[in-house]
Amino acid sequence: MNLNVLWLGILGVLLTGYAILDGFDLGVGIIHLAARNDNERRIFLNSIGPLWDGNEVWLVTFGGALFAAFPDVYATVFSSFYLPFMMLLFALILRAVSIEFRGKVTHANWAHFWDFGFFFASTLATLLFGVAIGNAMGGLPVDAGKEFTGSFLDLVRPYPLVVGVLAVAMFAMHGSIYLYLKTEGELQQHIHGWMWRTFGVFLALYMLTTILTLVNYPAATRNFERAPWVWIVVLLNVLAIANIPRAIYHNKPLYAFISSSATIAALLFLFGVALFPNMVVSTLNPAWNLTIYNAAASQKTLGIMRWIAFCGMPFVLAYTGTIYWVFRGKVELGKFSY
Amino acid sequence: MELDVVVLSRIQFALTIMFHYLFPPMSIGLGLILVITEGLYLKTGKRLYEEMARFWTRIFAVNFAVGVATGIVMEFEFGTNWSTYARFVGDVFGSALAAEGVFAFFLESGFLAVLVFGWDRVSARMHFFATCMVALGATFSATWIVVANSWQQTPAGFHIVGSGSTARAEITDFWAMVFNPSSMHRLGHVILGGYILAGFCVMSVSAFYILRSRHPEFARKSFAIGLAVATLASLVQLLSGDQQAKMVGKYQPAKLAAFEGHFKSENHGTELYLFGMPDAAEQRVKYGIAIPDMLSVLLYEDPNRPVRALDTFPERDRPPAGMPFQAYHIMIGLGTFNIALTLYACYLYWRKSLFDKVWLMRIFGLAVLSPYLANETGWVAAETGRQPWTVYGLLRTADSVSKSVPAAQVLASIIMFGVIYALLFAVWVFVLNSKIVHGPDVSEDPPAETTATGLIEAVAFYATPHAHTLTRKSS
Repeated sequence: MNLNVLWLGILGVLLTGYAILDGFDLGVGIIHLAARNDNERRIFLNSIGPLWDGNEVWLVTFGGALFAAFPDVYATVFSSFYLPFMMLLFALILRAVSIEFRGKVTHANWAHFWDFGFFFASTLATLLFGVAIGNAMGGLPVDAGKEFTGSFLDLVRPYPLVVGVLAVAMFAMHGSIYLYLKTEGELQQHIHGWMWRTFGVFLALYMLTTILTLVNYPAATRNFERAPWVWIVVLLNVLAIANIPRAIYHNKPLYAFISSSATIAALLFLFGVALFPNMVVSTLNPAWNLTIYNAAASQKTLGIMRWIAFCGMPFVLAYTGTIYWVFRGKVELGKFSY
Repeated sequence: MELDVVVLSRIQFALTIMFHYLFPPMSIGLGLILVITEGLYLKTGKRLYEEMARFWTRIFAVNFAVGVATGIVMEFEFGTNWSTYARFVGDVFGSALAAEGVFAFFLESGFLAVLVFGWDRVSARMHFFATCMVALGATFSATWIVVANSWQQTPAGFHIVGSGSTARAEITDFWAMVFNPSSMHRLGHVILGGYILAGFCVMSVSAFYILRSRHPEFARKSFAIGLAVATLASLVQLLSGDQQAKMVGKYQPAKLAAFEGHFKSENHGTELYLFGMPDAAEQRVKYGIAIPDMLSVLLYEDPNRPVRALDTFPERDRPPAGMPFQAYHIMIGLGTFNIALTLYACYLYWRKSLFDKVWLMRIFGLAVLSPYLANETGWVAAETGRQPWTVYGLLRTADSVSKSVPAAQVLASIIMFGVIYALLFAVWVFVLNSKIVHGPDVSEDPPAETTATGLIEAVAFYATPHAHTLTRKSS
């Protein structure tokens, strides 16, 4: 297999893993203020307590792998998104601090402050991820030297913002389904309502984004002609979305969670297909696009890292599986809880 | 004054990396302490060791959480602030970073969950296994990042492709890159720095309990473990430092000359300054005291062989005169202090009078600051001594920054980091303080007269020694 395509695939797996796993814990943060009292908020936090840190590692590894496999893409994207990514760092730090420190002091104002911090940081981080994806879809003003020539305002256009809000709605839905799985009794019924609400918002935004994408970026479906099998993914995506309300209705939350995970995976896959073989589209001149070939590391490095990934990934999957197995079941507040 | 992107980006990187580096060495070192205490618990079955393992796990977890949160920042900054550097080194540096993510980060963060939340969910053996994995993960992540940084100091196993602004380094030999001339020396130095720090941290907290007559058995046993780790690591660090200085002299002579304030070439042995004020304008060290020929003896075991001086390098390739010298000398001074203090404490421990020496316990209460400062200054020396290069001899710092990022945005992000890190630091001290005050979950009650509120009050306690009754034992 072509190493450049392989590495695009590995990055896709890492980003998808991140979006599905950190997606639910970001989502828990987005609907965190829907919890009605301190006990419920602690249950929300402890549902992700042992897991969120490991989930965030997928992002760290994605960043490292992007740096290694496509250094020019990493350099161009990160320097283009200077302010949004600084805001993202702010959000990620604030979020970690909020989760860790909320429970360390027993005082109502202390808890309220970090509750809001957790909600705000989770929402801001998700919004920024969506804005970044939306901008990548539309392309960036990149010159022949692979340098960004625009300004911050070029990044906050309507389309990327819509994608950002879609991401927030999607993770909120994903997170509430996760919470439904991890809770019981009256709180679970309360969350049941949130699953429906977030699904409704997600569905509306999903349709809006699809229309906007097809109207604004007709080139997005160009690859579908070359590879008609991609339509299967589109079909699966629609089926997965349709299965979410069905599974909720039949009270099968695990199926709903699998369906929302599949939705996230399919959307990211289609995003990749829409750009392929580009990674950064130049709005100034198509010849200046950064592709998986002209922005990649050397074949030798891609080859070495292939072995690092093949040796390491089984371990990563084994740890992840072990941790989720150890912390399976409903949330119980105990001595070591947040 | 016009804002300069290079200066601002350097300030930002220095701020964020120095803040971050408060945490990783503690994770590396406390990882070892956890393996020792929990291993002792598994072997002996004594409750005391279990309490120790649990208590130090709580301290470890707080430290680790802040370390992770501040660590992502650097990975972003390589791309956001230093994108030209990222393009240049990506082929080499990136693979080390990717290996770090795949091998180290998943290991650490995954098993950390078991460590912190899993006491009641997994068996004692499984928990010990998780502890070992977290300690191993912390060491692994140090490995890959030190390899990457060492490659910037002493590049090897690569060739340059392209020229001018599109030039970049590409790997030709992966293992030559990993085992570049400085990487293993520096890795050892970094890990030992972590062990010393954690040993001192354990001693500081234990000394605080001893002074307050709280948890006496726990405190003494913990102190002894911390002392053993810190003494051994401090002594080995001396050898490691000696090896490193020789290595720097061989591969980065300008850096060594800057460390030692060695400006002018001579045809006899080179002196070793114990302290002083290097002055680049006058090309000499002011107000200094030096031992004649000593640097030549240390580097070459030959008092007559001159060491290469700064004046043999073109002016534009010389590191700054002041900061590498001072940072390097502070590090060595603190390292010497650590050795003297731990050896003296070992002697008193052998004489069984260590814990009665109130004045010494007071010193140990604050002594953790010494290895903290030594770890930081060591890195300041290493990084400022490498200037004016980001990749030694290949890529200048001034050419490394992002071309598309305006200075005002960098300034804005520095302010943002300043604010959030101040918040983070305050909360970290606060939480650590409450953990220490809460202490281990031992059955004995603290003495009634104790009104300790932890670190913050401990500092006040040291400031007004006469105002407090001392421990029951010593008074």
